[in-house]
Amino acid sequence: MARVVFSNAMMVATDGTREAVLAAEDFRELTLLLMEQWPALAELIEQSAVAIDGQIYQGAFAEPLAPETEVFFMPRIEGG
Amino acid sequence: MAETVEYKQIGTTPVRPDGFDKVTGRAQFGADVNLPNMIHGKVLRSPHAHARIKSVDVSGALAMPGVYAAISGADFPGGRLEGEAGGEGGGSMNDVAKNVMARNKVLYHGHAVAAVAASTVRLAEQALQAIKVEYEVLEPVLDVVGAMDPQATLVNEDNYTALPEKPEKPSNIANVGRLERGNLEEGFLAADVVVEREFTCPMAHQGYIEPHACVASIDERGRGTVWCSTQGHFEHRAATSKMLGKNMADLKFVATEIGGGFGGKTVVYLEPLAAMMSEKSGRPVKMTMSREEVFRATGPSSATVARVKVGVRKDGTITAAQSWIAFEAGAFAGAPYMPGAMSIYAPYAIENFLVETFDVLVNKPKVAAYRAPGAPQAMHAFECALDEAAQLLNMDPIDLRLVNAADEGTQAPYGPKYPPIGFKACLQAAKKHPNYLKPVPDGAGRGVAVGFWFNVGMQSSAEVNINENGSVMIIEGSPDIGGSRASMCLMAAETLGVEYDDVRAQVGDTESTGFCNVTGGSRTTFATGMAVTQACEAVIADCKRRAAMTWGLDEDQVEWEDGQAVPGPGVNADVKPLSLAELARKAGKTGGPITARASLNAQGAGAAFSVNFGDLRVDKETGKVDVLSFTAIQDAGRAIHPAYVEGQMQGGAVQGIGWALNEEYIFDDNGVLENAGFLDYRIPVASDLPMIDTEIVEVPNPSHPFGVRGVGEAPIVAPLAVCANAVSRSLDMRITDLPMSPPRLLDAIEG
Repeated sequence: MARVVFSNAMMVATDGTREAVLAAEDFRELTLLLMEQWPALAELIEQSAVAIDGQIYQGAFAEPLAPETEVFFMPRIEGG
Repeated sequence: MAETVEYKQIGTTPVRPDGFDKVTGRAQFGADVNLPNMIHGKVLRSPHAHARIKSVDVSGALAMPGVYAAISGADFPGGRLEGEAGGEGGGSMNDVAKNVMARNKVLYHGHAVAAVAASTVRLAEQALQAIKVEYEVLEPVLDVVGAMDPQATLVNEDNYTALPEKPEKPSNIANVGRLERGNLEEGFLAADVVVEREFTCPMAHQGYIEPHACVASIDERGRGTVWCSTQGHFEHRAATSKMLGKNMADLKFVATEIGGGFGGKTVVYLEPLAAMMSEKSGRPVKMTMSREEVFRATGPSSATVARVKVGVRKDGTITAAQSWIAFEAGAFAGAPYMPGAMSIYAPYAIENFLVETFDVLVNKPKVAAYRAPGAPQAMHAFECALDEAAQLLNMDPIDLRLVNAADEGTQAPYGPKYPPIGFKACLQAAKKHPNYLKPVPDGAGRGVAVGFWFNVGMQSSAEVNINENGSVMIIEGSPDIGGSRASMCLMAAETLGVEYDDVRAQVGDTESTGFCNVTGGSRTTFATGMAVTQACEAVIADCKRRAAMTWGLDEDQVEWEDGQAVPGPGVNADVKPLSLAELARKAGKTGGPITARASLNAQGAGAAFSVNFGDLRVDKETGKVDVLSFTAIQDAGRAIHPAYVEGQMQGGAVQGIGWALNEEYIFDDNGVLENAGFLDYRIPVASDLPMIDTEIVEVPNPSHPFGVRGVGEAPIVAPLAVCANAVSRSLDMRITDLPMSPPRLLDAIEG
């Protein structure tokens, strides 16, 4: 199961829900499940970076998810 | 794992490939490009910080002999541009286009209103005077806190704070950031000391020595080439083509050598203007900014007001932290309000915290990225508050930070758990550093502070071609600002098992190599280096295949050792190893030239932490501050070229010291910048500073083949608070406003 933690900006689209636990084998499946539950998340997911078990992905797409995984959505960073 | 490997090339310090050309003056920078029939472009800039443009008439300029083109906002394609610009806080492409050339309003003193191209620079400047602009002058919005007032004059009447539900009224607040965890009230109740202060940081410029410059040569079909000084020619091409309504395939962008960027050259200013005037005139157009234009019209860092409260127990544990930070965005949205929020507590494991940040429009130049954008301002405030807490607890400031230091597994304030990081190793290195063990000189104060930057990966491409004699040619798309070509050569030499001197690297134009994001975010050695490494690994696989073909073996019976193909263990083959040079010589018989490429979106960038300390002394009669010593310690993951890592650490430290002690934009009441030059905007020079001592800590990033973390950004973060803490301790009073220039310190000393 993937434990998903939303950024503050995303919580508005999840009606205040900060965390969710879903069964997904990869990030793509996870995002489809999330958008099914909270359609307003679609654009925010596209704009976000994500940390999967601590590793930060600026453009995650179909990364595999371990059976017990932690997924954090966070704002994208670029730097100077 | 990287830490168990002994490297032959990685960790050595050869002279950078571009060094010879740069010291002999042969290197071609943006302004060095000259073409036949070339003419010169100049920009007419707004004399007002805030005004409505009633009309622009360029006909007077066009009527002058020798003037070949004159343009204003009306010449750009209409309609809203979609998409975001590259670089931190790049903002919307629509806003970038309006920053390149004002449309209905000018939003800061120096905002581009029109441009001309003429046979000489002097004639172009004279032609600017023939352009007639009618303005309706408006009240400028200059104070960030005042700008947040709902009753404040609006910089942009169409700006609504980006909230889930659109606010009823527009305001100057473009975006709001918020991160929180735990229970603040309980946290502060558990504290033995609480420090609460307001801190300010000024708007400061990156201070790159080479002004913005470009040459555009566009033919009658609307196709052509732009040479420019940029941190990212692919993203400059994308922005320029979008603004001009062109197919990006019609424009080739060539990144010239670059004389500094630090984030400020992730933004387009001149390129769309030069391209448009070249197409209109049928001649190549060169545009270069004066130093004054660089100050008035390119993006500095955000000025900030930060209110910080921190609670600490007697043992040093931070029990709660609360921060409110207003970032000046300048004329368009895009201050680094989120990186500021995400970095402020990043080095620490804190159970209870809240940080709120704001992206606020004011009538000043649109800010741009500047090394670790947002982090220096935010962390200056918090690191100063922590220093005061350490003083109140009579605790060593490094010990206080060790008590709270984040480590592998700590949940970062911005979300994920940290993979292996080197923050504690940096603190421990600082604690036992000879400079820290020395007594503080008489009359001086010692400041300690830490820095952090996320580092990023993003997209990179690289191609590796093996020449006929076995030498290696790398083509990559990341403009080289800090010596990255040397790093690419070292990583390629290490991977292929050849000598550094046999490897060359070239930054390809947009038609010569695959897409690369900007050189920024401390990503180039990490991400483009990863692409180079992968391309070299593909070369090795190809060479093993060719050797197997030559020897009549299976591919899996061949190994690659020390730059040559050899039979694998247990393979009974009476053959001599085949070096890369031998394989290259026979390439025609084994499949043609040996070449490979790689492109990727690099993931797994490792966060960089730094610990800095310095001894500073204030002359109480003049307010002048002397930096007696300064030590920078940073986790580089793995230093590919240690001398250039040290250079990044030293350069960042000097820029941070300058920001702390002298650098600031000074605006008059009308929003006119009063110190638009290096005489009045004082950056540190060599004679101002001691040697910046460095110590590189290496806790490898497990996500990179050599363990690399980015190193370019974190070095600027800590020095602001180091200087403030040192000065505060030396004066025995807390100095909260930067820069700590002589007049400001004298005011503080004299009460």
